Amino acid sequence: MAAAEFDIPEIKDDIEVPKLREGVMAHAKTFLAPKPVQDFMGYPHELADDWKESALEKMGDLLGKYRSLKVFLDACVHCGACTDKCHYYLGTSDPKNMPVARQDLMRQVYRRYFTTAGKLFPKLVGAKDLTKDVLNDWYNYYYQCSECRRCSVFCPYGIDTAEITMAGREILNHVGMGQKYSNEILGKVQKIGNNLGLPGPALLDTLEGLEEDIEADTGVAVKMPLDVKGAEVLLVTPSADFFSEPHVESLIGYAKVFHAAGTSWTLSTHASEAGNFGLFNGNYETMRKVAMRIRDAALELGVKRIVVGECGHAWRVAYSFWNTLTGIGYGGNDPFSIELQKQLDPNYPQPQHICELTNDLIKSGKIKVDPSKNDDLIVTYHDSCNVARASRMGTEPGGQFTIPRELIQSVVNNFHNMADDTIYESTFCCGGGGGLLTDDLMEVRVKGALPRVTALNNVVKEHQVNFMATICAICKAQFTKVLPKYGFDMSMVGGVHQLVAKAIILDVPAQAD
Amino acid sequence: MIYAGMFYLATLLLVGGVAYKIFDYSRTPAPLVIPTTPAPTTQAGVVYRMAKEVIVFESLFKSNKWIWVFGWMFHFGLLLVLLRHLRYFTEPVWFWVGIVQPFGKYASIMMVAGLAGLLARRFLVDRVRYISTPSDYLMLVLLIVIGLSGMTMTFVAHTDIVALKEFFMGLMYFDVQPVPQDPVLLVHLALVALLMLIFPISKLLHAPGVFFSPTRNQADNPREHRHVAAWAARLDQNN
Repeated sequence: MAAAEFDIPEIKDDIEVPKLREGVMAHAKTFLAPKPVQDFMGYPHELADDWKESALEKMGDLLGKYRSLKVFLDACVHCGACTDKCHYYLGTSDPKNMPVARQDLMRQVYRRYFTTAGKLFPKLVGAKDLTKDVLNDWYNYYYQCSECRRCSVFCPYGIDTAEITMAGREILNHVGMGQKYSNEILGKVQKIGNNLGLPGPALLDTLEGLEEDIEADTGVAVKMPLDVKGAEVLLVTPSADFFSEPHVESLIGYAKVFHAAGTSWTLSTHASEAGNFGLFNGNYETMRKVAMRIRDAALELGVKRIVVGECGHAWRVAYSFWNTLTGIGYGGNDPFSIELQKQLDPNYPQPQHICELTNDLIKSGKIKVDPSKNDDLIVTYHDSCNVARASRMGTEPGGQFTIPRELIQSVVNNFHNMADDTIYESTFCCGGGGGLLTDDLMEVRVKGALPRVTALNNVVKEHQVNFMATICAICKAQFTKVLPKYGFDMSMVGGVHQLVAKAIILDVPAQAD
Repeated sequence: MIYAGMFYLATLLLVGGVAYKIFDYSRTPAPLVIPTTPAPTTQAGVVYRMAKEVIVFESLFKSNKWIWVFGWMFHFGLLLVLLRHLRYFTEPVWFWVGIVQPFGKYASIMMVAGLAGLLARRFLVDRVRYISTPSDYLMLVLLIVIGLSGMTMTFVAHTDIVALKEFFMGLMYFDVQPVPQDPVLLVHLALVALLMLIFPISKLLHAPGVFFSPTRNQADNPREHRHVAAWAARLDQNN
């Protein structure tokens, strides 16, 4: 079935703040999850007669469990500072894509049923009844938010619309409106082990094929070990790295780095997915279940270090949440944490990002690189949203910006940043994150990418940039699909370890006579 | 008598209401580490970050210079005005409150100008107009009328501040005195009582709320320190 046609926005010289056009994205609606998918997740698949009471009950439950939700729904003063900060508003001009308005879809209902002013004087304070129309608006607009947190940088109180979106999706799931895309993936990762549904034997086959390719290409027998007990490092990477392009080039890069450093490592069939869509759905228990696979694999394989590959939201979950959810990290003094902590090497942060690992190895001279191998490229770097605004690398705040750039600039001679107000903490989401990377949301994805595309276009014009590096599997998939629609070549998107793979110096075995 | 009752009630609702909300926020868990990064990695860093937000509105400055200018003028003007008002509640008047007097007087202009700018934005900018509820406009109008009525008494037609101080000191020591019958004063006081009353049930809760915002008050050290909420820790026991 052909997707509905829509106009590709025109790229201008600067990112413009459009005048609002009400309802212009009211038609965008991601496919609902069918019964079997919802059943597996423990959710209904359609609204019951008491859906409203059920929704309000769930809202009350979440308000009691999450301080963020409670404070954010109370603290907004409608100042409007956030209104021009969301890439989905900038790309679509639908006012419900302004962060405050997206939050208000829930805040209006919260005020009506949970606050004095909303119960007594609803019209005065903009409180609204929870009706089917409102619920549909929630479904519509909570899947036009990529949970990128850009709005939280600019709000005077740090209100993070992502927290509201997550709660919104959890309530929607609870009453029977689930998203097919995210919920199917969550089914796959729990049943098979990764988001792509790639079973163990297929993964083994893929890795063996890649080993052959690398050896044919470089003359060096670089390995991609799987399920090796006693390896030093467990690498957990997004499953897209196993066979999507350009992702697999980064996987090859990781393997080459471990080989050059002489570090023993392994992948795991049980933990063959770094990604955790439980984050997007705002369901703590689901996010924990998915994350526990990593802990289980680490204990089973007896590894000393856990390293995460190039994935944005996965790094957020790994860096910010794994210690909480699964005890991967330090500082816990309960039996659950200590069981894993005593196995891990305290000389390394747990978990560690592959960029931290590789950057350390290059800086200390333990691996050698030749940046001239990438001289055909003029490179820029796209800060993925979850990495930028929900994580850290290294020991100092902001390491998540400097470490990837340091790494890139050690393997590449020509590098230019995009405009200051589009990078670092102000980076624009690729437009495909947070559960939106599905064809049924293509219009949202294309329009949401406009701000980033505008910034990229400017460095292409000014510096002839021909490669945009990024460390997120979703960004790579989104950009390779969406950039061509704007007239760019899909091969200009790639990973940082893709660049490392080209520049790294591997010892070539002596040729037999 | 009516005004005495009004202020006792308003004070009770303000203090009780805000205390309740603070209690409620502090007992609601923040189960995940979610500071907006880049974020400080230590508690001291968090205190510094929060101080920058509250004193110079750091995030707002990054976000929108107009809202920052008007918002900061209003809040800082309000602070100086309130400090000047302390003269009605202490005897003798504290030394530094005496010094604040002229600053508080002219800060009232800055305060009302800031409010006027914020109100204008609600009319003039389409994105702000879209999100503004009747209470958003009325809150600004309420504050402006409080400010203008106060300024009228300071700059245009002085009121009997001696009797006024006797009234407020009387309330504080439960020895109720009559309130001066100046109409501008009565409007000013009634509106202030209304403001106190609605504080804990309105968006003015952003004042205590900001200190509880997890995106600003958490330290970014999840790898080094295990942060787990009580309700979530129970899940560990099942493993």
